[in-house]
Amino acid sequence: MSAKAMTAAQVARKVMDNEPLFILDVRNGDAFADWKIEGGNIQYLNIPYFDLLDGVEEVIDQLPNDRDILVVCAKEGSSIMVADMLAEEGVETAYLAGGMKAWSEHLEPVKVSDLKDGGELYQFVRVGKGCLSYMAISNGEAAIIDATRMTDVFLNFAQEKGATIKHVFDTHLHADHISGGRYIAEATGAVYYLPPADANGVTFDYTALESGFEAGIGSSKVEALYTPGHTIGSTSFIVDDQYLMTGDILFIDSIGRPDLAGLAEDWVGDLRESLYERYQALTNELTVLPAHFMIMDELNEDGSVAKKLGDLFKENHGLNIADEQEFRDMVTKNLPPQPNAYEDIRKTNMGQITPEDEMQREMEIGPNRCAVR
Amino acid sequence: MNADKVLDAKGLACPMPIVKTRKEMKDMDSGQVLEIQATDKGASADLTAWAKSGGHELMEQQVDGDVLKFWIKKG
Repeated sequence: MSAKAMTAAQVARKVMDNEPLFILDVRNGDAFADWKIEGGNIQYLNIPYFDLLDGVEEVIDQLPNDRDILVVCAKEGSSIMVADMLAEEGVETAYLAGGMKAWSEHLEPVKVSDLKDGGELYQFVRVGKGCLSYMAISNGEAAIIDATRMTDVFLNFAQEKGATIKHVFDTHLHADHISGGRYIAEATGAVYYLPPADANGVTFDYTALESGFEAGIGSSKVEALYTPGHTIGSTSFIVDDQYLMTGDILFIDSIGRPDLAGLAEDWVGDLRESLYERYQALTNELTVLPAHFMIMDELNEDGSVAKKLGDLFKENHGLNIADEQEFRDMVTKNLPPQPNAYEDIRKTNMGQITPEDEMQREMEIGPNRCAVR
Repeated sequence: MNADKVLDAKGLACPMPIVKTRKEMKDMDSGQVLEIQATDKGASADLTAWAKSGGHELMEQQVDGDVLKFWIKKG
C-alpha cells in the first residue's frame, strides 16, 4: 500500500470550503513556525521527518480517524516517505504533491462579479502566499493587474474565455513576489504598464502609468489613481466606477507597510495621504480588491477577498488612527520581518537579475508580509 | 577543516541527505567529525535542526559553488 497524492488545487478547494483537514507537517520546526498551510478548520501536528526515520508508531496515536490526513513537507520527498511509512502501519493518509513549493504557486480563480454587457471580473487567489491578481474580461478583451510568475495560468484562462490580453498593469514594483506582467505582455503583444516613480533601475521597456490614465477593455474601463505610500509609485485602479484595486496600500484587515524599498520615513506621509485623503474622496460604494490577504479570515465565503470601501473605513484599524504621530509609529516601528529575499525579488522585477526558475521558486518561499496591522 | 569521514550526498533530494548522514553517523564514534557534501538547498536548515535534536554539533558550514558542505561532530 502506498500513499496517494493530494494536489495543491485540491487542498486549496478544501481550505476555501472550510472542510476539516489534519496536517502532519514534517518540515523542521522553524520552517513550520514561519509559514504553513492556513485554514479555519485545520488541525496541525509538526514533527520533522528526521525524527520519524526510526518509525512512525509514536505518531499514530496522535492522528485523528475522523478527518482526512495530509502529510506536508517542502518539496514532497519526505512527505512521501512518511506517508508510505504510515501506510505500512495501516494508516491512510495523502501527501501534498510538490510540497509547500506547489502550495506557494497554486492560483485559484474566483469570480468577483459580472461586468456590464456580459463582462466578468476574476480574482486569482494565491492561497499559499496570500497574493491576489485580477483579470477583467469584456467583449473578447482582457486586462490583468498584478500578475504572478505563473504566467501560463493567466494566458490559458484568457484563451479559455476567448479573450485577447490587451493591457497588463502592476500596481507597484513588488518586493514579495516576482511579477509575470512583462512576460505576459511579451507573449501576447499587450502593453505592460508600470508606475514610473517605481521604475528607476528598470532595465526593460515599459509604458509609464500616469494618474488619470484610462484604458478601455471591451465595454469596460480601467482608470489609474496615483496612491503612493507602500512604494513611491503605488497606483490604484478603478474598474467601471465600481471596483477599486488598492495594490499594497489598503488590505481588508490591515494597511500597507512603507519600508520594503528602504524609505519608510520618507513615504509614511504619502501613505497617510493616500489612505486618509485620496481614498476618502472616493465613493464608499466601491468594492475594494487588494493585492494581498494575510489571514484566511479575510476571505469571504465564496473564497474571494473583497469588501466595500465604506465598511473598511468603519472596520479597518489602519484607517482609523486620528493621531498622525501614532500612525507614523505604527507603520515605521516594530514592523514584522521583511518578506523572504525581498531585495533580490525587487531586482528581479526590475530586470537587473534573472534567476533560474528553481531559484525564483526558492526566493518566493514564505508568506508575503506586505502589511502592518 | 579535517573530517574523519566524507559523505557525498550531492544530487540527492530530501530526505536522502539526512537519511544517509544518519546512517553514516551510526557507524562513527562520539567526537568524530563527518563532512557532508550536498546540493539540496533544504539540507542547510534540516541538517542544522537534525544535529540539534540528535545532540550532535554542527561545527561549520561552507558554500562551494553549488555544493553545500557541513562538518558535524557526533555527540
